[in-house]
Amino acid sequence: MHQIGPVFKREFLGYFRSPVAYVFLVIFLFASVGLAFFAGGFFKAGIATLESYFLYHPWLFLFLVPAAGMRLWSEEKRSGTAELLFTLPVTTLEAVIAKFLAAWAFLAIAILLSFPMAITVGYLGNPDWGVVLTSYLGSMLMAGGYLGVTALMSALTKNQVISFVLSVFVCFLITLLGTSMFSGFLTGFLSLPVPVSDVISNFSFLTHFDAFTKGIIDPKDVVFFASLTGFALFLNVVALER
Amino acid sequence: MIEVRGLVKTYGTKRAVDGVSFTVKRGEILGFLGPNGAGKSTTMKMITGFLRPDAGSAFVDGIDVAADPVGVKSRLGYLPESAPAYPEMTVEEFLGFIAEVRGFRTHPAKRAQVDRAIGLTHLTAVRKQTIETLSKGFKQRVGFAQALLHDPGVLILDEPTDGLDPNQKNEVRSLIKSMAVEKAVILSTHILEEVEAICTRIIVISQGHVVADETPAQFRARQPGARMDEIFRTLTKGDI
Repeated sequence: MHQIGPVFKREFLGYFRSPVAYVFLVIFLFASVGLAFFAGGFFKAGIATLESYFLYHPWLFLFLVPAAGMRLWSEEKRSGTAELLFTLPVTTLEAVIAKFLAAWAFLAIAILLSFPMAITVGYLGNPDWGVVLTSYLGSMLMAGGYLGVTALMSALTKNQVISFVLSVFVCFLITLLGTSMFSGFLTGFLSLPVPVSDVISNFSFLTHFDAFTKGIIDPKDVVFFASLTGFALFLNVVALER
Repeated sequence: MIEVRGLVKTYGTKRAVDGVSFTVKRGEILGFLGPNGAGKSTTMKMITGFLRPDAGSAFVDGIDVAADPVGVKSRLGYLPESAPAYPEMTVEEFLGFIAEVRGFRTHPAKRAQVDRAIGLTHLTAVRKQTIETLSKGFKQRVGFAQALLHDPGVLILDEPTDGLDPNQKNEVRSLIKSMAVEKAVILSTHILEEVEAICTRIIVISQGHVVADETPAQFRARQPGARMDEIFRTLTKGDI
């Protein structure tokens, strides 16, 4: 595992060596903060909380995480650098972990750059800092889940557009499972029993993110995101070695 | 030392490499010849551990690629065809990354290896330039620098002089020749004069088979008085 360092460093700095990082960070902040203000009523609510900021994260990540992660493997395959990387003394597992962690760290920066909102809320009122912290934690774990899926899709194709569209589609499916509309469809239209629709909605990002935004760190939610990410990365290794 | 035994690789229904065997000892420069699509690159990719063979095995310094791919990869330097590199990095950053992956982690050690590789391949003038802004000849040299960086005992070069002007070609050839004293080198090429100029042995591969494995003198003796490309055409007529 000692090769993770250099590969991580190259990948992470790679975001900042091109305009990708700056465009992405600016758009991410505009979108996330804009949604909190205009759709979530962050200001109008008059409550010292970041709830309206985190509320839209699952839907925002649906597009922005695939945008940040679509290049992970597709670009290496297209430009031929995959051949370079995999003839260096690096195992596939090390490369997969290193590149995932680099993209995840980049997303963490995007999420954490909303810190002025937290400071503002703290200045104007008396927020529950525990809830703020667990929300940030949940948001990052969720970003890891979306990113795991994106990395896997990226390993399947050398075309970044295909990689993006597939990632959005799969992430959308996993998110959709938890909406009340979808469980209504399952119980009403397909007349499945409620416990079954509950089990299905348990596989959604939404269901597991919810508790974090209420200040609860439930081990089963952490395990969900960790195992989803881990499984996606395992498949990522398989996809690259086939 | 490179040893290849009965390598086979099939893509779909096409057998790209069909039972290729040979050995390359230290001090030898093996010229790998063959028409496009004959299986040269595929064979090289299997030796470097990038592709997994369907049958057969390849050994570098006695290590089986299939059993210990990382061990083999750390012992050889490989220049893939068209010399891929990360375009957004500068030459220095890119070679620094290669040095770190090759185990030169401390700043002085890394610096020493990068400076040495840059010096050998005459990249000093462009060391702070991003790779995407370089001309084809410079990009090729960056790929060459990357392969040489850790001073490997085994070098595998897929068309090392492709895209270079005549002067640069000469320079790369003399560099390969000067280094080959203590290395085992395989290089693929389309240029027959190149083989004659630097190689100590020739392997001609056609439709996935080795059709000739001999010294340049023996190769010439096949048809005394004929040009090399005529001999080549006779040997590889199955591909046409």
